[in-house]
Amino acid sequence: MEPILIAEAAINGILLGGVLALLALGLNLIFGVVDIIWIAYVELVMLGMYAVYWLVTAYAWPLPLAALAAVALVTVLGLLVHLLIIAPILSSPPVNQLLATGGLLFFLQSFATFLWATDHRSLRLALPILEVFGMFLSFARLLAFAVSLLAMLGLYLFLTRTYMGTAIRAVSQDREAMALMGADARKVYLVTSGIGGAMAGLAGALLIIQYSVHPHFGAAFGPLTFMICVLGGLGNMFGAVVASLLMSEVISVGGIITSTEMAYVVAFVIFIVAIFVRPEGILGKRE
Amino acid sequence: MLELQGVTAGYGEFTALWDVTLTVNAGEAVAVVGPNGAGKTTLMRVISGLVPIRTGDLRLDGRSFAGRRAHEIVAHGIAHVPEGRRIFPRLTVEENLKMGGFLPASRRHYAETVGRVYDLFPVLAERRRQRAGTLSGGEQQMLAIGRALMSKPKLILLDEPSLGLAPVMVLRLFELIRRVRQEGYTILIVEQNVRQVLSLVDRAYLLEVGRIKVEGRSADLAEQDFVRKAYVGI
Ligand SMILES: Nc1ncnc2c1ncn2[C@@H]1O[C@H](COP(=O)(O)OP(=O)(O)OP(=O)(O)O)[C@@H](O)[C@H]1O
Ligand SMILES: [Mg+2]
Repeated sequence: MEPILIAEAAINGILLGGVLALLALGLNLIFGVVDIIWIAYVELVMLGMYAVYWLVTAYAWPLPLAALAAVALVTVLGLLVHLLIIAPILSSPPVNQLLATGGLLFFLQSFATFLWATDHRSLRLALPILEVFGMFLSFARLLAFAVSLLAMLGLYLFLTRTYMGTAIRAVSQDREAMALMGADARKVYLVTSGIGGAMAGLAGALLIIQYSVHPHFGAAFGPLTFMICVLGGLGNMFGAVVASLLMSEVISVGGIITSTEMAYVVAFVIFIVAIFVRPEGILGKRE
Repeated sequence: MLELQGVTAGYGEFTALWDVTLTVNAGEAVAVVGPNGAGKTTLMRVISGLVPIRTGDLRLDGRSFAGRRAHEIVAHGIAHVPEGRRIFPRLTVEENLKMGGFLPASRRHYAETVGRVYDLFPVLAERRRQRAGTLSGGEQQMLAIGRALMSKPKLILLDEPSLGLAPVMVLRLFELIRRVRQEGYTILIVEQNVRQVLSLVDRAYLLEVGRIKVEGRSADLAEQDFVRKAYVGI
């Protein structure tokens, strides 16, 4: 194996890790605050991908505008998921909550299959491949990584510099105490779900420029995202970023050395071993 | 200022407060004492809206606020320093205080109110960039009180502020609560340190198995068998 190929794969791993981190952060934020795991989270990403796909191919929208529309659309979907599905079952047993969001997953998958069949659809963008020090890097991936970083920076600033962002973190630590400060938990949950939706929509826009979309898109990225969240420590934002990079490196570098399938196997093995050794995740629960 | 009239409340089938009537006048400091499990915390939670009432009425300055939710009641001017402090451990001291002033009306006065809190508790100013969870128990209690002051409340509810503190710290804390009083705040306080709290407040109530048993001016109560009753029950 040529070192240059491994270096290229390592860089691609980092680039993929950026988008995965975006997903893991969205899911983790919702879990940390609302205390519910959105099993159907990656299905929202899929809808974001379809949104961009159709706006660009059928309606000839410019890509940036279609991406913004997808973010807006999935933000609204996030709010609806919270209001229609999550809010009514907030005090139900966790199993029922899993069943409800799991049911949504099957609903969205079937819905997409019904509307758009199982075809794999891709934008076929003519984005350039850049040559850097003899490595070939896709511009689409670099773009997706840069936008992911910006979005994460934006989220970080929101969570640390604004009243609502700080309240979101406070609610994840003590819901009742935050009510005593005058914050309506229902409103905080809604804002959190909207942010989670926006992150999913953005991830969708960034993934459709690299991958094709199909109704079962979530089958590949869903388990990976959950694995990352658990590995980083559920609710732990910093852990989610670290775990994203770790997992995407394993998949990317492992994929070039062996095969993609083998790399996923290795990733799952690492996951299982890590969870046995540190059940609360590499960096512990809820940062 | 605060009136509770025939309040009954509890959890599920269980009734923790029976027909409780209590008043706190503006500028007063009033204590509620009683043995473990008497319902003191429940009483505080009823006032701040965390536990709904079944019968009776709650009034603040003559206006009923029964049925209001906790986040609305803060806006009416009641700040609750809960049992066990309940600070946000992974937020900094300053962020905790910011959350105390979360209400839009309080945000406008943030610089001024936070300045007053730091004057009252200088140690919080020193530690303002530190995570609240790293503070000592006494400092955490100061933070919990300071956080409550950030909403500029008319009435402060203090639920066992001395809980779990070393004796020296308890004395200092009572001194600080006295200073909060002198700033003109109206206070309703639950305490296990009956003797000390009686020296701080104007009046006190003895709560026992969910019922008010004795009520009176603290000077009179200190002479009676009140302290023993508060611990042992009648
Ligand atoms: N969440 C709850 N669910 C059910 N019962 C409760 C709950 N909280 C308190 N109780 C019960 O209500 C009664 C009063 O409890 P409360 O906490 O108000 O007493 P307290 O006077 O504050 O006691 P302590 O001195 O131990 O703090 C107790 O019998 C307690 O077991
Ligand atoms: Mg109590």
